Amino acid sequence: MFSRAYRAAITLPPVLWVAVFLLAPYALLLCYSFWSVSPSQTIVHSWTLDNYRELFRVNVYLQTLFRSMWIAGRVMLFSLLLGYPLAYYLSFHANAKKDLFYQLVIIPLWVSYLVRAYAWKTILGSDGVLNTLLQYVHVTKHPLEFLLYSPFAVVLTLTHIYTPFAFLPIYASLEHIPRNLVEASHDLGASPLQTFWRVIFPLSIPGVLAGATFAFVLSLGDFLAPLLLGGPSGIMISNIVVSLFGAAYNWPLGAAISLCMLLLVLALLLLSEKLEKKWSFR
Amino acid sequence: MSNVRSKSRWLPWHAIIVFAFLYLPIVTLIVYSFNASGVGGFPPRNLTLDWYRMLFADDAIWESVANSLIVAVAAMAISLTFGIPAALALDRSNFPGKALFRRLVLLPLILPGIITGLSLLMLFREADVKLSLVTIVIGHGTALISVATTEVFAGLQKLDRAQEEASLDLGANYWQTFWRITIPNLRLSIIGAALLIFTLSMDEIAVSFFLIGRDNTLPLEIWGRLRRGITPEINAISSIIFVFSLIAIVSWYRLRMGSEGQSEIVTEVVGTA
Repeated sequence: MFSRAYRAAITLPPVLWVAVFLLAPYALLLCYSFWSVSPSQTIVHSWTLDNYRELFRVNVYLQTLFRSMWIAGRVMLFSLLLGYPLAYYLSFHANAKKDLFYQLVIIPLWVSYLVRAYAWKTILGSDGVLNTLLQYVHVTKHPLEFLLYSPFAVVLTLTHIYTPFAFLPIYASLEHIPRNLVEASHDLGASPLQTFWRVIFPLSIPGVLAGATFAFVLSLGDFLAPLLLGGPSGIMISNIVVSLFGAAYNWPLGAAISLCMLLLVLALLLLSEKLEKKWSFR
Repeated sequence: MSNVRSKSRWLPWHAIIVFAFLYLPIVTLIVYSFNASGVGGFPPRNLTLDWYRMLFADDAIWESVANSLIVAVAAMAISLTFGIPAALALDRSNFPGKALFRRLVLLPLILPGIITGLSLLMLFREADVKLSLVTIVIGHGTALISVATTEVFAGLQKLDRAQEEASLDLGANYWQTFWRITIPNLRLSIIGAALLIFTLSMDEIAVSFFLIGRDNTLPLEIWGRLRRGITPEINAISSIIFVFSLIAIVSWYRLRMGSEGQSEIVTEVVGTA
């Protein structure tokens, strides 16, 4: 039905744009990771493996990467623990209030990410809202210092930010479960708990995987929440990249770290896609 | 279904706790924008509009708001210009590298923003392009093509091709058919995508962080101030933007009543990325 000219007209412009502004930059990231920087602070365009050697030689890079994964892992877990029961409640029990509740989950997404991180900072600080509240009601005499500038603050803030992201795909997958399957399970004598674990949960796994991937991957690469709330013990891998691209001025090493992060993320996305296919019932 | 309901007394409580968690920072933010003695300190006392007065006299903030608006509109134009044809191409054209193209387009939405941001920074450096609002526009526009493509692609799946066929049979050319049949039929998806792109661009910081020139966008202006110490002026501007976002959401839902929600985008993105 569509002529060749039409197909060329809809295909070429986006393909060219994406090639120049997405494919080329990602390819350049790969190239940079094999380049180096001269003492006079210019980029040397000749190939070397030094950046990768450096990456495995200096402990702090891998340590920070593992810490980032540990933080991202906790964020993922807490987002699922908060998001899944909420999604289940909305999908199966909220009845008429479903749409209202759904929108209540979405609305925080429209509040700037940075502003929400900042709001947590005003809550958790040593003269922040929470500490002054605790002293006001005489629970504590002195401000709790561990609340801010700690991995705890980063995990809390990122969980706050990514819970809606975990919720959305879970909710979508629960909504797609044919209700007659659930009814059949009840009619055949399964208890509500059995119905949940044997029918509903397995069918919602693709949504859980999608939500988990989102929460993990996006918090893994975060650098603003750690800068704002993390303190020295809450530094994440992207903070190192930022400093290598800034004051430390070693773009090639920064590129090598970013590329490792990129490969890790792509591997996780592929894995999640594979698992989703395996658990998908359609 | 009634026997399912009987056992789940803790679920509503869990929901209340999650909502409290989600809204606590937002409520705090707004309440303390009226607090005379600054951002900390419980209970808030001496309500005042001073911070708003200060905000309205603060030219640097409003300049950054204007910059952000310009960037968001320009990014929206780029994303739609390339995202709509991209969705059409994925729907009805076969070309070498199509699978790669589909994944590539969606990648910026699921990748941490830092990777896209500094990759583009390297491109601009190698091409000797000076950083400015233009480079931010290109960054946002490119990263958000994914939103336009996903939304429009979903719209296309519901579109009846018979209308387009009829238009072509009746003698309209492709150009006329595109503007008079295809685009009007995709109206809802396109407006939805435009709104989403606009909001995401207004809020974007990870990509802008690397591509910023001399002129700040609003999130970067706020970021700069946060590093120097916190002031309720930031609460005030955030509260104002929150109110505007609420208005945007309400209109977005009015538009999309009965069609699928944002959850579809998220699942589609993860599903295809």
